[in-house]
Amino acid sequence: MNSNKKPKQRREFLKTSALLAGGALVGNLPFVGAHAGVDDSIKVAVVGCGGRGTGAAFNALSTGANIKIVALADVFRDRLDEAYSKLAERHAAKINVPEERKFIGFDAYKQAIPLADVVILATPPGFRPGHFEEAVKQGKHIFMEKPVAVDASGVRRVLAAAQEAERKKLNVVVGLQRHYQASYREGLKRIRDGAIGDIVSGQVYWNSGGVWVHPRKPGQTEMEYQMRNWYYFNWLCGDHIVEQHVHNIDVANWVKGGYPVSVQGTGSRAWRTGPDYGEIYDNHAVELTYADGSVIYSQCRHFEGTSNRIDETFQGTKGRAYFAAGGNQAVLWDTRGNELYNHPRKGNPNPYEHEHVELFDAVTKGELRFADAENGAYSTLTGIIGRLATYSGQVIKWEEALQSNVDLMPDRLSWDAMPKVLPDEQGIYPHAIPGKTVVL
Amino acid sequence: MFINRFLLCGFLLLNVAFAQENFETYDQEIHGTGLHFSMQPIPAGSYPMGSDHGNLDEQPVHDVKIDAFWMGTHEVTWDIYELFIYKELEATHTKGGLPEDVDAVTRPTKPYLDMTFGMGKENHPALAMTHYNAIQFCKWLYARTGLFYRLPTEAEWEYACRAGSTSAYSFGDDTTMLREYAWYRSNSNNVTHEVGQKKPNKWGLYDMHGNVAEWTYDQYSETAYQQFANRLADNPVLAPEELYPHSIRGGSFDDAATDLRSAARLPSDPMWKQLDPQIPKSNWWFPEAPFIGLRLVRPMNPPSEAEIAAYYDRVPIADY
Repeated sequence: MNSNKKPKQRREFLKTSALLAGGALVGNLPFVGAHAGVDDSIKVAVVGCGGRGTGAAFNALSTGANIKIVALADVFRDRLDEAYSKLAERHAAKINVPEERKFIGFDAYKQAIPLADVVILATPPGFRPGHFEEAVKQGKHIFMEKPVAVDASGVRRVLAAAQEAERKKLNVVVGLQRHYQASYREGLKRIRDGAIGDIVSGQVYWNSGGVWVHPRKPGQTEMEYQMRNWYYFNWLCGDHIVEQHVHNIDVANWVKGGYPVSVQGTGSRAWRTGPDYGEIYDNHAVELTYADGSVIYSQCRHFEGTSNRIDETFQGTKGRAYFAAGGNQAVLWDTRGNELYNHPRKGNPNPYEHEHVELFDAVTKGELRFADAENGAYSTLTGIIGRLATYSGQVIKWEEALQSNVDLMPDRLSWDAMPKVLPDEQGIYPHAIPGKTVVL
Repeated sequence: MFINRFLLCGFLLLNVAFAQENFETYDQEIHGTGLHFSMQPIPAGSYPMGSDHGNLDEQPVHDVKIDAFWMGTHEVTWDIYELFIYKELEATHTKGGLPEDVDAVTRPTKPYLDMTFGMGKENHPALAMTHYNAIQFCKWLYARTGLFYRLPTEAEWEYACRAGSTSAYSFGDDTTMLREYAWYRSNSNNVTHEVGQKKPNKWGLYDMHGNVAEWTYDQYSETAYQQFANRLADNPVLAPEELYPHSIRGGSFDDAATDLRSAARLPSDPMWKQLDPQIPKSNWWFPEAPFIGLRLVRPMNPPSEAEIAAYYDRVPIADY
């Protein structure tokens, strides 16, 4: 089994944050000189060619670094073709993906990864642990999207591979792009310097209208239906408290400089009760309790026609703070309401591009600067524990959840294989009922 | 035969009389929802469009002839716009069921961000929608009401904003009076406000200056007015063929006084989608344009069914 290491809760936080202090200059990093004499561009493979994978590839190409996309991988030919046509149309000189380097299928990643210096991992999160392990094993620098897993088994695999990545001096950037957004960096720097004292409480939100549905088509196998509608199935998505709200939960952990010791909460399916909506909940409200006794409240919902909110607030012993990614907002006040800092909202770099700017700069210069995987795994785990708490109605302890051997992945991956959660005769998928559902 | 013809004539006459008598303010209900919005009559006329004192793209000042239309008293609010975004919400809030025609309407993708940006929803202007989104909203209203609602042309917008004035703002040139008529950078606290709280212009239109800037139908061209230097522009419109830029009018809560002038023009900008992490980017939303909304127009003489269909049914241009 994978390593069941205890989490390093009080580990010095800088180590797990986006920026490794100073940047270690290492002479013998992967990439540098690896392909000298053939083509000195950095070779990139994209694993997961949906909207986000294609978007990440565009972001990478916008950095100005000497990059060539050399391989694409996806389970769906149509998604790969759409990604390829858009990349080829806009970035023809930087795309070198002949037919034999377009890989289709559940194993496509294994063929694409060896061809690259840097890999972009942007499939639905259920596949991330396996893809990350493979990329580390092959010694590649990595950009991987959040979240990095959907269950504790996956989190442990990512943690183990993260250690190997550090040993191999591989840069790993996780798409928790608030870490690469100037407003958050400036606000967090001031909080670290004690501007608002010790953080005693906070509230983090992702309340929005929900996401897409791709109605079931005749002839689709259950596997293809779930893959096309991955958002609504936990083995692929992890529920929206993991897939989306991980951003805000991660900010809570970042501000606290650690991870919760226990989580309790409540949630349900209030709006999305029909057969189109798989098994996930549409609302979660949880309390994250940290080792020092402070509590951060987290709320996420996908309701139509209600008030919306996506932001983070924190209260400290000497003041308070407000963050919102939209509009680059970071404002700090003292206890009397005097403004201590207000980040300028205009003229900020696009964080989705900037994470690639920094990654490819490090790779180009042969420096090891980014080791985001461990924090990515722990913030993902925080969201997963939130889901376990709302599904079960129980208080979930961090240590116990991390040891969980629940593995949501189907036993076999192929178009005729069956996922573990299946619809009843009315097409309705079973979902968790607090008090009845056992999660650990 | 004779009777039939007589009846038909009478009916037609009656219809014309009805339309003319009723060229006045009316309230448009959205059946079964309890929601409604009001429309102001804007009489046919001519006016000098543009400004010699503003930006280059406002020149030359040229005479424009405009046919009669109704225009929304207020900017379209989220209260109504959300019924268009969310079909299930619309069904829940519509007594007596939805008309069949709404099935043919393409809905926006659900915004994964909070498109109110924390500025408020009830009675606040809907915002951050794309030009395509705004036109599809009009199509949805057509399905709900049977009436042809559309975006104002740029020339109609300025005509309605001026309401007979030739000054910088509909009330004159004095910027110290702007706070009585508009939410803008100096008084907005950097957020939108409920529609209709400030003074209207002479034609009864609120928030033409400020609050949210408003979509027009036209493609933006810096040199659009030059062709009319020596001739009358008869209901001019620069039909949109490209994804960018479209012309936006009126300025917003986030703008300085000069950008709120009746003649001031703003081109739409692809940068407003830079925070969309997907490729292709959304056809529906601008994550960084929380300052653009819309106001409806209903022409007094509606076009043919075919022209209406052509107006609404455009294939969106992929954005990447």
